[in-house]
Amino acid sequence: MSEIITTDVLVIGAGLAGERAAISASAEGNEVIILSLVPPRRSHSCAAQGGMQAALGNCAKGEGDSEELHWLDTVKGSDWGCDQEVARIFADTAPVAMREMAHHGVPWTRVKGGPAEYFIKGEKVTIEEPHEKEGLIMHRDFGGVSRWRTCYTADGTGHTILYTMDNMVMQLGITVHDRMEAISLIHEGGKCYGAVVRCLRTGALKAYLAKATVIATGGFGRIYKYSTNAIINQGTGQSISLDTGLVPLGNMEAVQFHPTGIVPTDILVTEGCRGDGGFLLDIDEYRFMPDYEPDKQELASRDVVSRRMTEHIHKGKGVPSPDGEHLWLDLRHLGENHLRTKLREVYDICMYFLGVNPIKELVPVRPTQHYSMGGIRVNKDGHAYSLNGLWSVGESSCWDLHGMNRLGGNSLAETVVAGMFCGQLMGEWANKQSLELNSGLATEAIAEQQLRIEKLINGCAGEVNENVNNLLNEAQETLQEKVGIFRKGDELEEAVVRLRELYKRSLNLKLSSSSKGANPEMALALRLPGMIKLGLCVAKGAFLRTESRGGHSREDYPERNDRDWLKRSLARWPVGAEEPEISYEPVGLLESPPGQRGYGGAENIPMEESVSEYNDQVKDKWIKEGWQDTANPLGSGLKEMVEYASTKES
Amino acid sequence: MPRELTLKIFRYDPSDPESKPCFVEYKMEETPRLNLFVALHRIRENQAPDLQFDFVCRAGVCGSCGMMINGRPTLACRTLTAELPETITLAPMPAFKLIGDLSVDTGTWFRGMSERVESWIHTKTEFDPEAEEERMDDGTAQKIYELERCIECGCCVAGCATANIREDFLGATGLNRIGRFMLDPRDERDSKDWFELVSTDEGVFGCMGLMACDDVCPKELPLLEVFAYMRRRMSQVAAGRAKDDAGTSLPVIN
Ligand SMILES: Cc1cc2nc3c(=O)[nH]c(=O)nc-3n(C[C@H](O)[C@H](O)[C@H](O)COP(=O)(O)OP(=O)(O)OC[C@H]3O[C@@H](n4cnc5c(N)ncnc54)[C@H](O)[C@@H]3O)c2cc1C
Ligand code: SF4
Ligand code: SF4
Ligand code: FES
Repeated sequence: MSEIITTDVLVIGAGLAGERAAISASAEGNEVIILSLVPPRRSHSCAAQGGMQAALGNCAKGEGDSEELHWLDTVKGSDWGCDQEVARIFADTAPVAMREMAHHGVPWTRVKGGPAEYFIKGEKVTIEEPHEKEGLIMHRDFGGVSRWRTCYTADGTGHTILYTMDNMVMQLGITVHDRMEAISLIHEGGKCYGAVVRCLRTGALKAYLAKATVIATGGFGRIYKYSTNAIINQGTGQSISLDTGLVPLGNMEAVQFHPTGIVPTDILVTEGCRGDGGFLLDIDEYRFMPDYEPDKQELASRDVVSRRMTEHIHKGKGVPSPDGEHLWLDLRHLGENHLRTKLREVYDICMYFLGVNPIKELVPVRPTQHYSMGGIRVNKDGHAYSLNGLWSVGESSCWDLHGMNRLGGNSLAETVVAGMFCGQLMGEWANKQSLELNSGLATEAIAEQQLRIEKLINGCAGEVNENVNNLLNEAQETLQEKVGIFRKGDELEEAVVRLRELYKRSLNLKLSSSSKGANPEMALALRLPGMIKLGLCVAKGAFLRTESRGGHSREDYPERNDRDWLKRSLARWPVGAEEPEISYEPVGLLESPPGQRGYGGAENIPMEESVSEYNDQVKDKWIKEGWQDTANPLGSGLKEMVEYASTKES
Repeated sequence: MPRELTLKIFRYDPSDPESKPCFVEYKMEETPRLNLFVALHRIRENQAPDLQFDFVCRAGVCGSCGMMINGRPTLACRTLTAELPETITLAPMPAFKLIGDLSVDTGTWFRGMSERVESWIHTKTEFDPEAEEERMDDGTAQKIYELERCIECGCCVAGCATANIREDFLGATGLNRIGRFMLDPRDERDSKDWFELVSTDEGVFGCMGLMACDDVCPKELPLLEVFAYMRRRMSQVAAGRAKDDAGTSLPVIN
């Protein structure tokens, strides 16, 4: 008899987003269980070094900051691809979220009144920090922002936020089951009932049944060959949602590359390196960024910097190495003291993983996959499209404040804000539901997964048995080479064809090992078809989007096209299909009309309609297609929408 | 000529009644800048697909990959093979429950420790979403961060004689955690509360003071200073001379 566990709320993922959502749901009086592949504090969130954005405006260079400016920077950064109402909810909530974390124990770096030395655009400058702000949360500069607003804890922001969050989870007595992996969702009749979970200690299967199931499983960077993401970021949360055949993934083609992954291990060194005044140099040790971006220089938004770096390497200015071409990051002028205190983690990474001393030597870097803007498409509450009772927060979701490009520091802030905001709505929602204990459905769902497992052990008669690692490598290489920073129609088409073939082959995997318990080969084999499916969503979405916007750069379509592409893609995978079906929805109601980002430099094809015409189209489409069954009117624009609908009806 | 490395790896699957603990040798050619994260994945890919070990960040920040490398507990992901002899022996860390091969259950141990020391800010003040954040001197924030840097890798526990014989010993990491909250002005626990927590055989009095922990901590936490500070404050309490200076008097740590 397989085990069935019930709870009010099941949170899959114990990173910042999952834990914060669990705290909110618990505060609403729900019983909550959190699942995680690893002990919560080992989640990828711990690795974020740089910081998180919130418009507190405490330091001199943050003066005059406001939620409004944060919102505008976010919309611009997204290349107008985001949902502007969500960006507003986000910017408005972020300051409270930071203060709450301060209350619970985060040792944020604080403002020290008096003269302080910084490097700005390569120059050493002295700035007088305001004495009246002494002791408030300090900020640092990050790419693509109009004010310094990144709150940080020296070089360990993610670590300290996650430890504090997990302390709160413990204090509240919330149950965490670690080394447990959700491998499929249990659903019927458009409603989600929980998940089938495989124990990574013993290999046993269990069913968890809940009123609300929350996916907070982080990004899917590991479908690429080179990624800064933790090695557990394999996108199972997104792929089990896709497997339902119902839930769409939004904007999967929007993948971000980080300018400074070290070569060869692809470990990220923080954007703070450039924020604090680091330079990028080429083979001649020449500082090239000011030639491309005279104004923002090394601090232009990261898609721009990554693209310029690749462009410069293509011009023959890269540094050859056995591990591929790279450029240099120069931190030497920041001095020993700065590198060994403010940027200590960076110093350690260079010393330990490369044997390079950044106080004296140049650091080899190249653009590397870094962030997944796309994910489980949810409404403004965090409730998934098309499957009642399924929610998603954090990097796994497409709540969509990032659009086609996320600004540095906005994602860590998103995890906490979405966890807080959506978590509360989810908790309230769960309170109104009754727990349906459908054990028949659960047993069936377990049996289905058991069958998959047996097939992986025994292979299938009459078919070629495929090797797990070979297929994974092929898929990762295809994505890295053909669906990278610069994209071209023909290469994308080749990638789609190749991945489709790999997906088919992935249905005939056979393990080469036979150990019984928590065999890691089994874990990977169970994930692999889903990883390739995600890759196909990315490749197909990128092939179809014939423009360049944010993180998506088409060499054959270099302009941003607001006439045809002010849209979000939605990838669904009908059960049994060989590839995803892609449809589109408007980005949402516009408050800020698409404009120039002031960096990046490409031409735009302007929209033909006016903003109010676009917004009316959005509303008409919503009326025609009906409300998302899960949508809850929220935010100013939607209230306006309700009024608009009632005038249409009358 | 690149070296040929021999990795002697402890293998045992406790869930399989037929499995017997043993060391298995795997050979591979050393490549430039090879570290044990890459080496172990190569073995899993080419020689032993079911080999169990734990890596998450592979960047020395998540604390997942502690193991005994030639007898010394340390992080595998940031160990370069070039720093090691040709024969490398890998074993799981003692003092933790074995999951299989090199993988041990540090998560359960650390959650237990954290619950016992109530690793959270004890305060009667409610969070006020309307208010400005409470101010803190940056120097104090840096001192707290210095101790908060522990990544729960367990190396100090694996290397500790007391922790290996006493299951309930809080270990250097636990004492460090207490130190972190003692320093924090937001935490309202007073010397008496700390005394009850620390001045036991599970706490600071169980410690033999040989400082193996200080020696192996990959994050170079100032464990020596933390212990000295704690002993001093506790003996003050014991002597009834406790000035309740909950907070900022830890000797300067850089
Ligand atoms: C190196 C690096 C540095 C970064 N620095 C910054 C920064 O400075 N500022 C910033 O804003 N952003 C930064 N980011 C991005 C940011 O860290 C992430 O977007 C964010 O931490 C994601 O948090 P999360 O809670 O959504 O997911 P994660 O922290 O990735 O947590 C995912 C959780 O889901 C669990 N899980 C996954 N799959 C399953 C499953 N199938 N079953 C059960 N559990 C599962 C995992 O165990 C884990 O607990 C950085 C990212 C990287 C790669
Ligand atoms: S000093 Fe010795 S006994 Fe005390 S915690 Fe460190 S290793 Fe253990
Ligand atoms: S104190 Fe050091 S060795 Fe011990 S768990 Fe923390 S980081 Fe690891
Ligand atoms: S894998 Fe994270 S510390 Fe080694």
